[in-house]
Amino acid sequence: MLDILSTALTKYPLITAFVVVGIIMWASYKVARLTNNRIHGSAIAIVCGLVLAYIGGTVTGEKHGISDVPLFAGIGLMGGSMLRDFAIVSTAFGVKMEELKKAGLPGALALVISMVLSTIIGALTAYAFGYTSPVDMATIGGGAATFIVGPVTGTALGASSEVIALSVAAGVVKSISVMILTPFLAKTAGLDNPAAAAVYGGLMGTTSGTAAGLAATDPRLVPYGAMTATFYTGFGCLVVPSLGYMVISALFG
Amino acid sequence: MVIYGVALMGGCMIVGTFLGYLLGNLVGINANVGGVGIAMVLLVIVSRKLMDKDQLSKLAQDGILFWSAMYIPIVVAMAARQNVVAAVNAGALAFIAGLGAVFAGFLLIRPITALSPKSTLDEDDNAAEAKAPKGAK
Repeated sequence: MLDILSTALTKYPLITAFVVVGIIMWASYKVARLTNNRIHGSAIAIVCGLVLAYIGGTVTGEKHGISDVPLFAGIGLMGGSMLRDFAIVSTAFGVKMEELKKAGLPGALALVISMVLSTIIGALTAYAFGYTSPVDMATIGGGAATFIVGPVTGTALGASSEVIALSVAAGVVKSISVMILTPFLAKTAGLDNPAAAAVYGGLMGTTSGTAAGLAATDPRLVPYGAMTATFYTGFGCLVVPSLGYMVISALFG
Repeated sequence: MVIYGVALMGGCMIVGTFLGYLLGNLVGINANVGGVGIAMVLLVIVSRKLMDKDQLSKLAQDGILFWSAMYIPIVVAMAARQNVVAAVNAGALAFIAGLGAVFAGFLLIRPITALSPKSTLDEDDNAAEAKAPKGAK
């Protein structure tokens, strides 16, 4: 009996994921209504997702949250990069070209400023904790950009696996704190129009962080923020191991 | 047909990914530089052109809007597969580096946005409205 039930739930993983996420959304919007919608339903749903990810990670000891539990394997497909990027592209439908053009320049500027600033913050933090070699500083600096830039930099420069792991951790902290903090800080930070969203995407850079942060704040801002954020990791992989490393090496080498 | 919209979007994504990797290749890295962003710009341009010529049927548009409406649930699933344990257990170094970058970012949103021409969300935009969640559906 239990076997048959488990077969029914694991036979079509993606369908099970639709049902599970549907239930999370329903419950979250109910709770949001209890708070008079002062907290956005999607923000509650995303936090539920993160809590599930924590539980899944603790139970299995693996890296992909709840999706490592066989029952919830479909969550991995549903929330994986393929469908995520497809859904991000779909949000661009109906966006006005004029708004996009207006947001373009400040967005690009934000991207460059943030890449420099994140690398500096990461590298200096590394230095303060005793990782004073330019390779280690550049790797952790890359991690403060995104959790992909860090390991790419570290691998290119030949950093130790301990330092690469630290850079990934810094990037994961960044991505998850962007998800959680954005809805709370959006108003204070002036994140309420397309140009600000493009700037935000360029400043935060993490695709998953901005995707979730804007979804929980105002879904209409998603395309602008996502658009700039998708350039961030590629740009970081280009400049941090090259230009970034050279500058750090000249200053601290 | 609904599939026309989905296929149009998929086509934009494939072209975007191709251009993203091409761009990465040109600058000497094996990475997708902005492929999704390029796909979004393509979708904006192509769908606008088709709609101006009345070539994108209501059903085809629904094919795109379905995915747009699935955006938040997909993001929730994405949140549920993050490595939250690693973030929670990260040492002080990772916390300071990651959070420092985030707070610096939030502080800079206003000053950098101020450099751009004023922009606002258009409230009558049909597509945008369809995107905004109206309570629990």
